[in-house]
Amino acid sequence: MQIKSPEFKQNARIALEDVNLQRALGNLKAGFPQKRAAAVARLPEFDQLRDEARDLKNHILEHLDLYLEEFEKNVVANGGTVHWCRTAEDARKTILEICQDQDAKTVTKGKSMVTEEIDLNDYLEKNGVTPVETDLGEYILQLREDHPSHIIAPAIHLNIEDVADAFHEHHKRPKSNDPAHLMREAREMLRKHFVAADVGITGANFLVAETGSTIICTNEGNGDLTQTLPKTHIVVSSIEKVVPTLEDMTLFLRLLARSATGQEFTVYNTLSSGPRRPGDQDGPENFHVVLVDNGRSDMVGSEFQEMLRCIRCSACMNHCPVYGAVGGHSYGWVYPGPMGSVLTPQMVGIENAGLLPNASTFCGKCEEVCPVRIPLPKLMRHWRDKEYEKHLSPTSVRSGLSVWSFFATRPKLYRLFASVGNRFLRLKAGKKGRTSKLPLASAWTDHRDMPAPSGKTFMQQWKEQNR
Amino acid sequence: MASSRSRVGLFVTCLADMFRPEVAFASVKLLEMAGFDVEVPERQTCCGQPAFNSGDRHDSAAIARQTIEAFDGFEYVVGPSGSCIGMLHHYPELFAEGDPWHQRALDLKSRAFEITSFLAQHLDTDKLSSSFSGKVTYHDSCSGLRELGIKRQPRELLSKIPGVQICEMEESETCCGFGGTFCVKYPDISNRMVGNKSENIRATGADTLLAGDLGCLLNMAGKLKREGVNVQARHVVEILADMANTPAIGEAAIGEAEKRS
Ligand code: SF4
Repeated sequence: MQIKSPEFKQNARIALEDVNLQRALGNLKAGFPQKRAAAVARLPEFDQLRDEARDLKNHILEHLDLYLEEFEKNVVANGGTVHWCRTAEDARKTILEICQDQDAKTVTKGKSMVTEEIDLNDYLEKNGVTPVETDLGEYILQLREDHPSHIIAPAIHLNIEDVADAFHEHHKRPKSNDPAHLMREAREMLRKHFVAADVGITGANFLVAETGSTIICTNEGNGDLTQTLPKTHIVVSSIEKVVPTLEDMTLFLRLLARSATGQEFTVYNTLSSGPRRPGDQDGPENFHVVLVDNGRSDMVGSEFQEMLRCIRCSACMNHCPVYGAVGGHSYGWVYPGPMGSVLTPQMVGIENAGLLPNASTFCGKCEEVCPVRIPLPKLMRHWRDKEYEKHLSPTSVRSGLSVWSFFATRPKLYRLFASVGNRFLRLKAGKKGRTSKLPLASAWTDHRDMPAPSGKTFMQQWKEQNR
Repeated sequence: MASSRSRVGLFVTCLADMFRPEVAFASVKLLEMAGFDVEVPERQTCCGQPAFNSGDRHDSAAIARQTIEAFDGFEYVVGPSGSCIGMLHHYPELFAEGDPWHQRALDLKSRAFEITSFLAQHLDTDKLSSSFSGKVTYHDSCSGLRELGIKRQPRELLSKIPGVQICEMEESETCCGFGGTFCVKYPDISNRMVGNKSENIRATGADTLLAGDLGCLLNMAGKLKREGVNVQARHVVEILADMANTPAIGEAAIGEAEKRS
């Protein structure tokens, strides 16, 4: 996927003026946060579970190699294969090879952000394998040649009319704006793909070390058909998704559903533990797990390690006022919102994605709702530190800051500077108490007035009162 | 209650110093009412947050050291801003453990309080008396709310003032879009956020907007004025200290408004 993060500001400006996008985003604001709040209110031990989940994830990250090896051992014991892929390219090639081994023409795909991250669909297509997305949202996006704007509700940026148009154009059926009808139509279209596919590719919400199982959590059941009908099932997962035991997994499942959609539990939680065994009624003949690193092991032991606790619930973006204003595409790469503002610079380079960790007021709402208590503002600030160290922040910001810091570390000069500024602002405002235009401050005054100081600086007045 | 008048160092904050001296005077009045000796150390400037949030750790640390020294020896350090006091609480992060400044930063952190939370703990609220009367709505500024847990304290204090009627707005905990340098680095997004805030404020029918942070207040007041909304913005301490007889933030000097109309 092309990286458009350097254009974040332009993207955002366009998004703010896009009436349809704004309408779609309005639905998000009213939906997930309220449902999450209700679900949390019904579970008094929710915060305690968050602490447990945070601690458990920290433990896993300290022993990531051990748990991944245990996972591999058990996948192999179950008759499956694990592929270790350091880069996105390794992962793409590995997946293509498995498909080619099977002479695959079409593959069905369950929803997977990691396959977006490694840009799998384009690659498969270029190499003669047709991927068919089976998650409704992803299916719609594929028809529109569009990309997810949200990690669990990929088509959240669309309105029902957009879906109706896409279906009408591609399915050549009479147009309908009825969601139930559209759903039936998609099912009907997808059915033939489920049956025809040679390979099914899914992501994984968690990898269970003790059993060598992978699990996907979906609300549509499409993942089940994707992974049980074709002869070969490929699970594509990033390495930090491993958990020690099934019991541990349930802790995360409880947090995931509530944090994501406000459900007590996701509708379909499907475990895969290797290929079909003699006597099994269904299941694939071949079972592969592609483990993607793509920069993650570099995060272990770094100041960004905590980001690897992420369970991809989307709560941070659902509650983010910046995401809510500009939508996911503005961020210009795969992962949007606060979690994306931390991950994207890691994966595409801070020189390409510096605008993202800066696009936060540090209001802290994301950290407040994160089920694994990732200090997202702190991590975004770490990226700003890096940007500053590498002299990547804009010169205007750097020089402005150094002038300001020069004064801020010299109290006497600072007083002088403050009283001059104070006087200037008061003169400029005259008797109105505010001003609507200020030199060099149009970013402020284009949208709001600048209140004038109500009198001399406090320090001046305090001195005058001789206290 | 303070027993033998302990010393409080007032952290004025650069915005109160520059834009709204009333806020610092009101803070002094309230702290004295609570039985403290209030001093204003001369060596303070700004808390350093603009540098800290821009990734400039070197200058942030220099400012932190200066602030730590300025407030040495005070039993408490109190300031009328959740954001700036929150920044003081970040100081330990600027120094490596083992660096003596780290310990001093931790020590400052343990003494540094935002004013409403400090008053809620130390002021005999029966002493509060304010002639203010009106319908107010309260914006929960992010840093105070999420870093320092300030939510009920200002409301509890306000509830002691008979003339105050609190009308809560929708999304009172949602960021107003100020975010320090954010509002000038991302003006369009900031504008949308403060626009939403303004709508929520207006919908309450309140005549006064209160908050505990001048950054947010300047942002919201500026937007309300630009939109021609007749809501007065003030820092909560102005009401608590009975000092709301001056023009509100961004308002014409008293008498000017009538003259113009
Ligand atoms: S960072 Fe936290 S809130 Fe955001 S997606 Fe990950 S787990 Fe969920």
